[in-house]
Amino acid sequence: MARAALAAGSVIDGFRLEEIAYRGGMATLWRVTHADMAAPLVMKVPRLEYGEDAAAIVGFEVEQMIMPSLSGTHVPRFVAAGDFTTMPYIVMEFINGPSLRARIDHAPLAPEEVAAVGAKVATALHQLHRQNVIHLDLKPSSVLFRANGDAVLIDYGLAHHNQLPDLLAEQFRLPLGTGPYMSPEQIYGVRNDARSDLFALGVTLYFLATGERPFGNPTSIAGLRKRLYQNPPPPAALRPGFPPWLQEIILHCLEVDPARRYNTAAQVAFDLQHPQEVVLSERAARTARDGIADRLRSWLGSFGAGRVVHSSVADHLAAAPIVMVAVDLMPGMEALGEALQRATRRVLAADAGARLSCVSVLKTSRIAIDSNVDAEGRNLHVQRLVELKHWARALGLEPARVTFHVLEAPDPAAALVEYAHANQVDHIVVGARASSAVRRFLGSVSSRVVAEAPCTVTVVRVAHNERDAG
Amino acid sequence: MRICLLSDIHANREALAACLAHAKTIGTDQFAFLGDLVGYGADPAWVVDTITGYCETGAICVLGNHDEAVFTEARADMRPEARAVVEWTRAQLDQRQRGFLEQLPLQVERDGMLFVHANAWAPSRWDYIASPFDARSSMAATTCRQTFCGHVHEPQLYHMGADWRAGAFTPVAGTPIPLGAQRRWLAIPGSVGQPRDGNPAACAALFDTANRSLTYYRVPYDAAAAAAKVRAAGLPQNLGARLEAGQ
Repeated sequence: MARAALAAGSVIDGFRLEEIAYRGGMATLWRVTHADMAAPLVMKVPRLEYGEDAAAIVGFEVEQMIMPSLSGTHVPRFVAAGDFTTMPYIVMEFINGPSLRARIDHAPLAPEEVAAVGAKVATALHQLHRQNVIHLDLKPSSVLFRANGDAVLIDYGLAHHNQLPDLLAEQFRLPLGTGPYMSPEQIYGVRNDARSDLFALGVTLYFLATGERPFGNPTSIAGLRKRLYQNPPPPAALRPGFPPWLQEIILHCLEVDPARRYNTAAQVAFDLQHPQEVVLSERAARTARDGIADRLRSWLGSFGAGRVVHSSVADHLAAAPIVMVAVDLMPGMEALGEALQRATRRVLAADAGARLSCVSVLKTSRIAIDSNVDAEGRNLHVQRLVELKHWARALGLEPARVTFHVLEAPDPAAALVEYAHANQVDHIVVGARASSAVRRFLGSVSSRVVAEAPCTVTVVRVAHNERDAG
Repeated sequence: MRICLLSDIHANREALAACLAHAKTIGTDQFAFLGDLVGYGADPAWVVDTITGYCETGAICVLGNHDEAVFTEARADMRPEARAVVEWTRAQLDQRQRGFLEQLPLQVERDGMLFVHANAWAPSRWDYIASPFDARSSMAATTCRQTFCGHVHEPQLYHMGADWRAGAFTPVAGTPIPLGAQRRWLAIPGSVGQPRDGNPAACAALFDTANRSLTYYRVPYDAAAAAAKVRAAGLPQNLGARLEAGQ
């Protein structure tokens, strides 16, 4: 693999090296240009000198294998790869934005900023998981931001693609990852659980919110294993007055047993975007490090019976969907409300990990300033929320599985679709009123939701005989 | 070039016809038949004629142990039911069809790819590749970067890095797998005519040499019809049931 040293001005497979953008321990990033490509590009060249760690070589193979399969705004666009037989490299889109690593210098950050940044990273992570890829090395330096604020995840050298051979799993028995961020199961060589990334996300959020790493910076295997039996100090112990909802979210991500963490990154993003909806548990109330016995028991349990790791990341995500039901509570719609309850129950019954978001739209006028109270002086928003919760009572869901949202918008269909986008909803259940000439002409809310939604939509109608009865 | 890999057809006309039709829909420039054209199934003559036709226009085809059994004495270690089918198959084929099987090579090497029925270390001994260890022995016995073989009926992909450690992967149908140039690969597409992994759909694979990407496929076919023919031909009854269950 001997080759001449690279220098500015060298041309490799049509890519001209301009300048070094970054020199890291594992790789060097060159800004490159290509006659046929206008977009700014970088070439990642691994540092594979004589005697280099075999894991670094295989890691670069892994990155070359996985990157071309990825798409979307949350990953750098793959452009080209160079063969190991001549010179290994990856050319990809240059992300001209800051790294999350830079924010660490300013930690502790305000809880609102932690939540906003965390939601962006969790959203990116969910999009990655949807493509069957687990990052397994998430940390502030592997997150960049685009100019529009979208998080971009980089560095796939330790990643696992659920539908491609795992070259690292076969060859290395030592834990692979970055010490402070590595999940307990990774320490034991488990590489196929998407929830490992949620643990690393929890470490990242903890670090941003407190300025401290929850498990320090261990350098030995014994040091790494400490996280199996020792709870991190709760953020409230480091920062008095720390918001309980954020502590709840962070410690939920840091559970030692993956089954006790959030099911999906979308659920983490959801909670970070809706602090007032976070159901507080004992985690939120902790003020000092404790619970050693609990943590160990939880860890032991996680290797016992009943540990379910789906063989496919897609299956795992599918078993924990975010279901959104759009509830119209207009008088006279009781039969449709009941039909919606039945349909929602059926959808939720299929997946034990499903979470339900009950949404109702309070239609506002486009021009006039609406009064937010009704004729009796009741707050319309609060009243709608009360009615929504009343509607959901019949479903008998435990509080941690259901949230309630009243959206105020002039265009209900647009508001519902936007909500589904923002919250990575997997399945929308929406009622449709009886067909009428006007609705056929103007288009109904449900038909627009069907046309524009980013996910599966179930349209619920009251059966004919029910409607025509009497 | 897009090479369609079809192995262990085992005289199953319905399965082969479905795979050939499927190959057309996904786009194929070249066919490689990895041996065991006959044995077990009820349509040896049709299968041999069809593959003879493909070979006349440039397809690759190698010899399998069931093909060899047609023109040699049955081996002592062959299963009784397989031996019964060999006798029956021999009677179904005419001189020309038997002659086609007899002239098949044990292996074909082309552009860094090895096509062989069982393994590369001793192709005529028909030893199975059942573990990463076996796969390593085979990959070490050839200078080809890619080996395509059959004999084993379950789809599998083995790979070996510079440190000579081999790994195994059970492929997911429909997902293209880039076969990196820095390691060796041994791909078993699985059986067209007698799948045994509990899924009765025929196995096939496509290798695109342009980007070295390999995609495994499962092709559903009328297994009930193929099974009915096996029964009607008076072949061992369980052979039909196996087709319908994919076992």
